[in-house]
Amino acid sequence: MQPILLIVFLPLLAALVAGLPNKHLPSVFAKSVTTGALILSCVLSWPIFLGFLNGTAQPSVVPVAQWVQSGTLTFDWALRVDTLTAVMLVVITTVSALVHIYSWGYMAEDPDQPRFFAYLSLFTFAMLMLVTADNLVQMFFGWEGVGLASYLLIGFWFRKPSANAAAIKAFVVNRVGDLGFMLGIFGTYLVFGTTSLTEINAAAAGMSGATIGFLGMRLQTMDVLCILLFIGAMGKSAQLGLHTWLPDAMEGPTPVSALIHAATMVTAGVFMVCRLSPMFEAAPVALALVTFIGAATCLFAATVGMTQWDIKRVIAYSTCSQLGYMFFAAGVGAYGVAMFHLFTHAFFKALLFLGAGSVIHAMHHEQDMRYYGALRRHIPLTFWAMLFGTLAITGVGIYGIGGFAGFHSKDAILEAAFARGTDMATFAFWTGTLVALLTSFYSWRLMFLTFWGRPRWSESEHIQHAVGHGHHSPEEGNPPRQESADMGSPHDVPGPDQHEGTAGYHPHESPVSMLVPLGVLTLGAIAAGFAFAPQFIDGARFWNGSIYYNEALIHALHAVPLPVKLAATIAMVLGLAFAWFAYIRDTSIPAKTAEQMGPIYRLFYNKWYFDDLYRAIFVRPAFWLGRQLWQRGDVGIIDRFGPNGAAWAVQQGSFAAKKLQNGYLYSYALVMLLGLVGAVTWVLV
Amino acid sequence: MGGLPILSLMLLVPLIAGIACLLVDARPARLIALGATLINLLLGIVLWLNFDIGGAQWQFQEYAPLFAGFSWALGVDGIALMLIMLSVFLMPFCILASWEAIRTRVGEYMAAFLFMEALMIGVFAAQDIFLFYIFFEAGLIPMYLIIGVWGGDDRIYASYKFFLYTLLGSVLMLIAMLWMVNVAGTSSIPALMEYDFAPAAQTWLWLAFFASFAVKMPMWPVHTWLPDAHVQAPTAGSVILAGVLLKMGGYGFIRFSLPMFPEASAQFTWLILGLSMAAIVITSLIALVQHDMKKLIAYSSVAHMAIVTAGLFAFNVQGLEGAMVMMLSHGLVSGALFLCVGVIYDRLHTREIARYGGLAINMPAYALFFLLFTMASIGLPGTSGFVAEFLSLAGVYQVSSWAALVLTTGIILAAGYMLYLYARVAYGEQRNADAAAMRDLNAREWVLLAPIAAAVLWMGVYPESFLAPMRQDIAMLEARLARAAPAGDANLVMGAPRAQSANAMATLPGAEHAGEGAH
Repeated sequence: MQPILLIVFLPLLAALVAGLPNKHLPSVFAKSVTTGALILSCVLSWPIFLGFLNGTAQPSVVPVAQWVQSGTLTFDWALRVDTLTAVMLVVITTVSALVHIYSWGYMAEDPDQPRFFAYLSLFTFAMLMLVTADNLVQMFFGWEGVGLASYLLIGFWFRKPSANAAAIKAFVVNRVGDLGFMLGIFGTYLVFGTTSLTEINAAAAGMSGATIGFLGMRLQTMDVLCILLFIGAMGKSAQLGLHTWLPDAMEGPTPVSALIHAATMVTAGVFMVCRLSPMFEAAPVALALVTFIGAATCLFAATVGMTQWDIKRVIAYSTCSQLGYMFFAAGVGAYGVAMFHLFTHAFFKALLFLGAGSVIHAMHHEQDMRYYGALRRHIPLTFWAMLFGTLAITGVGIYGIGGFAGFHSKDAILEAAFARGTDMATFAFWTGTLVALLTSFYSWRLMFLTFWGRPRWSESEHIQHAVGHGHHSPEEGNPPRQESADMGSPHDVPGPDQHEGTAGYHPHESPVSMLVPLGVLTLGAIAAGFAFAPQFIDGARFWNGSIYYNEALIHALHAVPLPVKLAATIAMVLGLAFAWFAYIRDTSIPAKTAEQMGPIYRLFYNKWYFDDLYRAIFVRPAFWLGRQLWQRGDVGIIDRFGPNGAAWAVQQGSFAAKKLQNGYLYSYALVMLLGLVGAVTWVLV
Repeated sequence: MGGLPILSLMLLVPLIAGIACLLVDARPARLIALGATLINLLLGIVLWLNFDIGGAQWQFQEYAPLFAGFSWALGVDGIALMLIMLSVFLMPFCILASWEAIRTRVGEYMAAFLFMEALMIGVFAAQDIFLFYIFFEAGLIPMYLIIGVWGGDDRIYASYKFFLYTLLGSVLMLIAMLWMVNVAGTSSIPALMEYDFAPAAQTWLWLAFFASFAVKMPMWPVHTWLPDAHVQAPTAGSVILAGVLLKMGGYGFIRFSLPMFPEASAQFTWLILGLSMAAIVITSLIALVQHDMKKLIAYSSVAHMAIVTAGLFAFNVQGLEGAMVMMLSHGLVSGALFLCVGVIYDRLHTREIARYGGLAINMPAYALFFLLFTMASIGLPGTSGFVAEFLSLAGVYQVSSWAALVLTTGIILAAGYMLYLYARVAYGEQRNADAAAMRDLNAREWVLLAPIAAAVLWMGVYPESFLAPMRQDIAMLEARLARAAPAGDANLVMGAPRAQSANAMATLPGAEHAGEGAH
């Protein structure tokens, strides 16, 4: 029995065993089965990863079963393990196992726990199928499988209309990306005659001069294919244009946000580009697009993240932004560096989300940071965990010595972009440096609003509810939550410090099951950077051909001038300084700034109006068109002139025929006479 | 199978049982019908197990000359075998679904279903073109009665619309058949499939057949009978309508239009692709705004059938196999979706979507099945729908990237209307007390849904079971079509590969402009 089979299929088995009996068994059964399976998967994954790390393991493919054979189009179920897969294996199983454990505490009072844990395990299975795929179609299977799990988990509290809307939105927007992915697979099969990743990557360079007809145009083959596939990646990884679902996905329970919408699923797009890196390297235009979209998303999401009040949305936009970093790293050819940021990001972003979950848990489901403040002393362990997460995401470190996880990976990305030196890469470098400042600003803003200052809890309806109903009022399955930040009606004022007071509420630290995962992830946020930087960045042997490894670029990366190496750190310090001024030193600054910068602030606060735009040009017209096509098309034209028209004509005809047979002798005589005259005329003429 | 005329037997069993049903009371009629359909299912399994994959093209052949060249000729290839399996598999569920829902004229109702089963098997097994015609047209009559007698409030309008539409093409098809037999000198379908008609004649013959098959399919814009027929038909009627009757059009294309008139088929490729593209966008958008569950699923059927027609006219193995899998998959999935509607219709007697909501709370097992079939309809990988869509569209892409692009938008729109439906029925708050009080699936309903769910997953994970019997027939068809197959729009032109990869840099470290400036 190959361990990879257990790693991948145990979560599926657990999901079925836990999910199908649903509430017929005590929830502790479902929780134990799924968590146990995930811990086992995790324990089995690390030796594989370590094997690749010290160079003893070799890539392998474990066949599972035949899938489809249609003419020359064949693809089978198989599990492929190489360095790239091994990296994803440890990320997925580790974060998933921790999230399972965390959910014991976080979801303790939810009546639907078996369903929740089954979904989590199902997601993990699909994600593992995605990263172990040996052909594009199995990757697509995993791709859609995680989409399904994401849909189910975003809509987990399915009584809430907002959760349902968010779930459908996530699925449908992802499907727009999938349209590209599917066409990309069709095109790849047409060009290469196979969907096998190994064969495509091997043959890609030879195809770099070929052209193909697409939508009536004649284009570079590899650019067409890679752009189509990248559209799929944009959907899954919430890149600019197809990002709108990710912030809404925060409707799901917070452990879900940590696992799916931060650490694993949303990084699938980055994984795909790295997996197909030899293919993308044959497609310069597609790579330029990847770089541009990455840099643009990076900036866009950071600007929105600076203005949001909902703690989870801030982290969601932060995720979107960090994914942009990963994409432009891949775009400039530094695939190992992109994967490195994916790896470190998984730890510190999961940590931040789970930390936010702990805060939300402590604040009785209040998610609006305007009602936080001064929580440092009340939930100290959560505070320390989030502090380390923030140090990691903002990239705190000292050049030449080392730093937290994000320091190593983000610096490497910026250096790679600078070292690459093309116009697009340089654009990405400057954007990335600016965003390092913004990242630092919004991350520290979150920390200061939440943990520093004075308590501002008294105006929160959640807190009032908690105080009014005793401290531990049981959480219903679908807590009728108030949509806080974006509705905005009672608190349109952008200042955080209007109402101070605790309302007599005492936040409580989270249970051990939630704190242990925070602790483990804190270790990751501290150490994942310096522990693995040599292998991820410089490890041509570590990657062992599983990605396109650009030796020259890595050399150039290490040789960039000192100011470039310090750029991210300087930006980080500036961002921290701004945040400190605005949210600790003089708390009136944010409101004033927002007022002075009115239009820009509103643009950022309203997420650049993407949602409104899409509603206006896609959603509403689709429903309007549907009604028109139905009422005017099907009923008004086709039925009216088709069957109903035919029936009407027959009826009219029969009325006319009926009139002819009126039984009056004189009219029959008249017809006879006319007929006779006609016949005689015809004969004579 | 030495000598046992198993196909005739499969026609005879429901025929005799149907006559018996006319003579007895409600309760025995139900039992007879269930027994007969189960026997036919068993016979079908025997047929499948004894089918020699890769053996002779036509198997289980029976031949008895009747009069004037007209003969009782039966036989199946892999394509017909699969469609017969679909019919006999769905039939017992139809009987079971009507177990409690039908209370008037039960004997006649069961007889109608049994006669229809016999006729449908006859359509797929007939090897004489006139025998085919008789089965093909006679199949309408029981359906017409089922809608007209046991249907909803507006059943008369629906049944007459159904009949008017489907009769439209039949006359033309009969004339074409007479002409063909006259010219080719045989009424044997296998012989006609190898006969080369003059290209000019093919055009007219193709159009005559098209008139009939397009309506049966149904293709846009001759689809408007389907929503009405579905809405008015009883649950089992909808299952069989969507599950099997809609497949007769696709079967017609693959059995007659494509192999008998390859040149004309190539000539009309763009008519078919154009109508399919229009259908998928238009009917998907219409499905989005429906308030009636059955109407929504009916419109989604039209969209799915558009993928079948497009796949068939891709003229390649993927397209043809994808279209066949889509027919099988859609038969299972839409049949199951109509059963799902039936389950709650039986409880609340309304198909109005807004009357439901929050069913996942009081009917979790039902919600799970409904979710599975919804996902299969959307084409989620792992379900039958994905294999079908993926292969068909992969086939279409080889002909035209435009057509593939437009048809693939179906995956977005389908996700939209199906998830919107699912959310309104299963999710949200329980708005109505009566809907909230509905109990979860009973044992009979479990028996209805679980086997179909298993089949849907089977076809999604290991479609080889279903592809293998058809492989040889599809390959032969592709070979026959090869001479007329349209060239694709891809025209891959090889060029000299670039010397370096896009991000290649000179090895000198630190040089800012060392890149080759590929951007």
